Amino acid sequence: MRFSGLKLLKEGLTGNRGWEPHWRDPEPANEYDIVIIGGGGHGLSTAYYLAREHGLTNVAVLEKGYIGGGNVGRNTTIVRANYFLQGNSEFYSHSMKLWEGLESDLNYNVMMSQRGLINLFHSDGQRDAFARRGNAMINQGDDAVLLDRDAVRKYLPYLDFDNGRFPVYGGLLHPRGGTARHDAVAWGYARGADQRGVDIIQNCEVTGIDIENGAVKGVQTTRGAIRARKVGIVVAGRSGQVAAMAGMRLPIESHVLQAFVTEGLKPVIDHVVSFGMGHFYISQSDKGGLVFGGDLDMYSSYAARGNLPMVEHVMEAGMTLMPMIGKARVLRSWGGVMDMTPDGSPIIDKTHIDGLYVDCGWCYGGFKAVPASGNCFAHLLATDRHHGAATGFRLDRFRSGRGLMDEEGTGAQHNLH
Amino acid sequence: MRIICPICGARDRREYYYQGDAVALQRPAPDAGEAAWDAYLHLRDNPAGVTRDLWYHEAGCGSWVVVTRNTVTHEVQDTVLAAPVNADNAP
Repeated sequence: MRFSGLKLLKEGLTGNRGWEPHWRDPEPANEYDIVIIGGGGHGLSTAYYLAREHGLTNVAVLEKGYIGGGNVGRNTTIVRANYFLQGNSEFYSHSMKLWEGLESDLNYNVMMSQRGLINLFHSDGQRDAFARRGNAMINQGDDAVLLDRDAVRKYLPYLDFDNGRFPVYGGLLHPRGGTARHDAVAWGYARGADQRGVDIIQNCEVTGIDIENGAVKGVQTTRGAIRARKVGIVVAGRSGQVAAMAGMRLPIESHVLQAFVTEGLKPVIDHVVSFGMGHFYISQSDKGGLVFGGDLDMYSSYAARGNLPMVEHVMEAGMTLMPMIGKARVLRSWGGVMDMTPDGSPIIDKTHIDGLYVDCGWCYGGFKAVPASGNCFAHLLATDRHHGAATGFRLDRFRSGRGLMDEEGTGAQHNLH
Repeated sequence: MRIICPICGARDRREYYYQGDAVALQRPAPDAGEAAWDAYLHLRDNPAGVTRDLWYHEAGCGSWVVVTRNTVTHEVQDTVLAAPVNADNAP
């Protein structure tokens, strides 16, 4: 089934009775070339690119719940390529290019909206740091525009520019940044992978990883044993538990990050606005809700819900920056489980077990990475070589100390990101 | 979330600074080797369930507290001062 304007018109006029399921619901086979553990955004895009770019279609994606029910449905949908450090910079640049071609590639509307992202700064020193970051982005081939206070005022007239704590000095505009509809991304990749022959198996929880003589042989699941030549663990949020099935400990602590959405309002916030000093960022969904969030709750948690102190902190930061949102009523809040690494950067690598690979440690930045993470992980699974855009995401960088990517510059240890 | 400080009693989470897994109390010897230091600094069991972690009662008495806590329910099960635990772990 292909989507087109004509098809939409026809179905609209005939009661929408002709739509079919977007992917099959197959029984798991006894054996696959590659088994992907985790049917989130990253797992599905991995399967898609395995099929599309490497011709590998004897692949299964095993999802313990349902497609779109994990972290891919629990984020704030922001897409950007504004990283500074080599290693991160080329990777997120690669991801942005994939995002820009994604809808025509998938023949699926992921509501990609490059509305522009503005990171605010509040001091001369921070302006200099943002100018440097902007230059790094431009050198990488992406776009960045340094805005002074008056220029920010044209874009965001509603800010409290002279608030007492963090008066606004200017901002770094990343015009290609924006948002995409998160669950549509999962659905689009699932559909694209399924169309190429990948089996997407929901309600299938992996309970064990079979390893013989240092090589992976398959997995045990709630729907029986499945043999596989290669297994990819792509379960950010639960990476520690699944890696433990292979006897591994990972450099990861799981933390909770909260997000909030208000009732639907008329269009009022046209960009993604990030207020780093206050730990607050916001955008408005196409449905009208203000979608916003802040920093981690800062303790390890799998609860997928946070505590009230951070709720209060985020609301205070929002009111400091844009008092106009004070009358909007918060509709709901939720928490996502974040795979936090010591340096705040992810891991895409082989393990010491033959045929076992990991894609994890996405910290609070997994959504924008969905296309490139899958693309690069598929490359690693198919060729046993790192993709050129992801050579820095090595698992052993913490042990060796070589190639740490501490984007925030706070130190490469747990609890500092 | 309220955490019981062994000295001050039950206090709001905001009074505390979270350090991380209580593995921090098991510092290896300087010559213990790369694997031991990697395990100490970076690798974590990261359980979904009961864990022991270290909190600093920053806005209270300044004690380091070992908190036994459930990471799925946020229930705080037990708290003890870190100082005696640390002494027991000393090499």
